[in-house]
Amino acid sequence: MGCYRLHLYWSDPEIGRCNLKSIVSTSIAILSGLVVLVGYFVQIPILVELRSLFLDWAVILAAFMVFIGVLNISIVNISHFTSGKKDGFFGLMLIISMFVTLALGLILKPGHPIMNFIFNSIQLPVELSLMAVLSITFLIAAIHLLRRKPGWVSITFLVTALLILVGTAPSPFGEFPLLGGFLKPFIAQVLAASGARGIILGVGLAALTMGLRILFGADRPYGGK
Amino acid sequence: MNITVLLAVGLVALTAILILIFAIIKRKAVPSRRVIPAIDQLRQALDRSVEGGTRVHLSLGKGRLVSPQGAAGLAGLSTLNSLSSVIQSSDLPMVTSSGEPSLSILSQDILRLSNREHLGSEEISFRQSRLTGLTDFSYAAGTIPVISNNNVSTNVLLGDFGIEAGLIMESALRNNGTTVAASDDISGQAVMFASTGESLVGEELFAVSEYLNHTPVHAASLTVQDILRWGVIACIFIGAILKLGGVI
Repeated sequence: MGCYRLHLYWSDPEIGRCNLKSIVSTSIAILSGLVVLVGYFVQIPILVELRSLFLDWAVILAAFMVFIGVLNISIVNISHFTSGKKDGFFGLMLIISMFVTLALGLILKPGHPIMNFIFNSIQLPVELSLMAVLSITFLIAAIHLLRRKPGWVSITFLVTALLILVGTAPSPFGEFPLLGGFLKPFIAQVLAASGARGIILGVGLAALTMGLRILFGADRPYGGK
Repeated sequence: MNITVLLAVGLVALTAILILIFAIIKRKAVPSRRVIPAIDQLRQALDRSVEGGTRVHLSLGKGRLVSPQGAAGLAGLSTLNSLSSVIQSSDLPMVTSSGEPSLSILSQDILRLSNREHLGSEEISFRQSRLTGLTDFSYAAGTIPVISNNNVSTNVLLGDFGIEAGLIMESALRNNGTTVAASDDISGQAVMFASTGESLVGEELFAVSEYLNHTPVHAASLTVQDILRWGVIACIFIGAILKLGGVI
């Protein structure tokens, strides 16, 4: 049965081509992953050199991917504009501002006063306004939390957030002795920090097994099953 | 090699050996896993999307692959691999968004291969897999129209998200869709907990693909994670006792 399947795979030029592509990409991923991992732990000159070479290639590829990503953003937004969608005008504005900023950056170089002006007067206020919207969003989420998830976990979450906020916010009557001096540091530095460390340890262990699954070729985020 | 490097090599080698052993043991075993309500909710939402002819949206976050946050992005891509098989029968193909170009390109590749496998064609629309922004907030702002303009009923946020996830979640809730979210970032997890009905906490982010598409290696890696977690707990406990006793 296995031989029959293999025969089918290789006798169909299209499937055979794709299968070969998958084998090659999997082999490259496993081999380069192993070299980088071993080169990280074992200081053999050739391995260390190979590791840094592979990492350099990865950085160059990542930079090239940014270029492809910008093309994707451009194509999607141009198609929104040309298809007459309701947000098409914003798409056009995005494309114009993106290419004007790019052209100015190439001509004037980063650090030029005009570039600083663009970032400080447009980019920064826009991002800050989104941050302000976010604070309102969090407030609404907190109000809806008890409706969505009634229970002691939500109550603990809200009470803790409230205590930290009250402990952090400046008060016209000076610092609350119990809250600012004891309760807030205890919650933030003991309870929250230990909980966060526990979660990070769990995430770290899961990331380790995830990496090994990729090294084994069991997970192929670069395509293929 | 110093002791720290030796311990690290030992941990990686032990984990690799354990995964291989458990993958062989669990080859024919019936999967037995604890219930994660968020993943059950996701399964139901996927069924509803397929039946209702609506779209599923997966947001992969902004974790650069050549950074420690890359693992979360890879977990998102692994889930995309599983999701794309599960919902191939839907009338509307799924859409993905990301804040990192490498994730965007890899997601296109996965969708293309899934199409080839199930529909016999590699063609996908460039709108199906979008890079929506290159900074945290531009990514969140760019993802909002993807959710609101594409007849999306199920939103899955899996990857590296910070507080900007709040904007995406708000848009998803306003759209009356089901949202399941997980992040490797602590502040992102707090935002997700407050904004969704069911959220995934900590390492549950890495378990989604196994829950959706069972394979022996995935099942083995979950078992190994549990073993390692008990090992870490034992180490912390022994370390605390030794510290209290004045030995270290």
